[in-house]
Amino acid sequence: MKARIGLAQINPTLGDLQRNLEIHREFIDRSCQGGVDLLVFPELSLTGYFLKDMVPQVALRLDSPVVHELEELSRNISLVVGLVEESEEALFYNAALYLEDGVIRHCHRKVYLPTYGLFDEQRYLARGRTVRTFRSRFGQTAILICEDLWHVSTAYLAAQQGTDLLLIPSASPGRGVERGEKLEIAETWEAINRTYATLFTMGVCFANRVGYEDGVNFWGGSEIVSPAGERLLKGDYFEENLLVGLFDLEELRRARISNTLRRDEDLDLTFRELQRIYRKRFPEGDGDE
Amino acid sequence: MKINVPLVRRMLTGFIRNEVQKTGHERVVVGLSGGIDSSLSTYLAAEALGPEQVLSLIMPYRTSSPQSLDDAGKVVSALGIRSRIVDITPMIDSYFATFPEADPVRRGNKMARERMTILYDFSMAEKALVLGTSNKTELLLGYGTLHGDMASAINPLGDLYKTQVRQLAEAMGIPEPILRKPPSADLWQGQSDEGELGFTYEEVDRLLYYMVDRRYNEEQLQDLGFEAGFIARVTKRIQGSQYKRRLPVIAKISNRTIDRDFRYARDWGR
Repeated sequence: MKARIGLAQINPTLGDLQRNLEIHREFIDRSCQGGVDLLVFPELSLTGYFLKDMVPQVALRLDSPVVHELEELSRNISLVVGLVEESEEALFYNAALYLEDGVIRHCHRKVYLPTYGLFDEQRYLARGRTVRTFRSRFGQTAILICEDLWHVSTAYLAAQQGTDLLLIPSASPGRGVERGEKLEIAETWEAINRTYATLFTMGVCFANRVGYEDGVNFWGGSEIVSPAGERLLKGDYFEENLLVGLFDLEELRRARISNTLRRDEDLDLTFRELQRIYRKRFPEGDGDE
Repeated sequence: MKINVPLVRRMLTGFIRNEVQKTGHERVVVGLSGGIDSSLSTYLAAEALGPEQVLSLIMPYRTSSPQSLDDAGKVVSALGIRSRIVDITPMIDSYFATFPEADPVRRGNKMARERMTILYDFSMAEKALVLGTSNKTELLLGYGTLHGDMASAINPLGDLYKTQVRQLAEAMGIPEPILRKPPSADLWQGQSDEGELGFTYEEVDRLLYYMVDRRYNEEQLQDLGFEAGFIARVTKRIQGSQYKRRLPVIAKISNRTIDRDFRYARDWGR
């Protein structure tokens, strides 16, 4: 089966849900016309990124009318959408939803909230506690959001749950202009995507936004990388784009025949060693919460 | 410190276009002195928005060098942008007739602030955003007039050191005489930035780069060959001018104070 995957490299308006929903409708409409099976929007695509005190104002509960509309839209096309999710106990998460056949199949809450340099997410947002995969019509699927991917452990956990397709909504700020032809951050991300695709033999779909917020640019460059590490699709840097590429799911099988890393991975070794390391580092067993 | 010039050019023209248009504007107004910084800002704006959307104001005082006026004219004709000359001599002289004892620094600050008020007047009249021209070197050193040349709505150059401004200016084809002349605030005759500061931009940019961007500590900076006295002098300047890079200090009374626990992006809703 070949999946037609769209990456919505959009420029959301900061804190304007209605306007951003309009952009989503438009990209979904265009994608449906183009026969796209799965459309991936960037991180916080419904809200914009540097929300600060706007977080509670733009947050959505999963039973809200906006989410319901997206569920309805997913009857025709599978969707990944970024939002601030408000939990029942009024905690706010940087989350991404996977919607398919009219329902929310999965909600990933960003686990690693960067709070360094230009980032300040932990001041405003609650931290997700799980890395889980789910069954989509394209196989075993995982969502990890932006900074999550800078911790190898999250991709490893996803891979160990059998992930075929890793979806990465991002809002990566562009910076670093002294090395080579590209933004330093773009070089790093491209290395991450290619490395994870190859080492974990899975398809990687990276949807990164564009635009500027308070002078900070988001560099786009969305891409799909095959499990053989081949770049199947690449978005322009900085420009708004609807990118559409074909991902042949048979590639997964072929890649895993020629590259047996997944088969050979010794989960038992990792588990035992992690337990030993944990006991050594936290003899009282109180490493966290 | 060398920057990827085409990439930065693209980022900055995108920045100007995006930040101008999302505030519902189409135009910018820029104070054009004929120096390298304001010329570069103007070139970037013309490329980002089209020359017809850029209004440059040339605001000489009677002691301004004729060369500056001439250089500003070169930028205007090279780009085909709109421009106005507004002589600030009457306003400045009238003010200082009351305070004849004022020293050159006071006079220079007043001129910078006079120009600011004119830019903001045209900002309103033309529905144009004021385009900033301060670079990272002068912002860090506090080598500018608060509420004067440091005032703007958007500033494309604030994260580029002076030597990086030169790199970009050269690549964008800014006229040679502007690239070559020694940088000067042109507040009085013979003034030069490097003379006033007591070091060259090459020297201080390299120091700032390692100190600020690369976070080298004093010992590591000395290992790179920077003299302790130079490091101390620059550090003091940065600290001493911190107030110029921040909003006025607000005395906290309530539970929600502007900028401390009332935090919104400037692009709130845009």
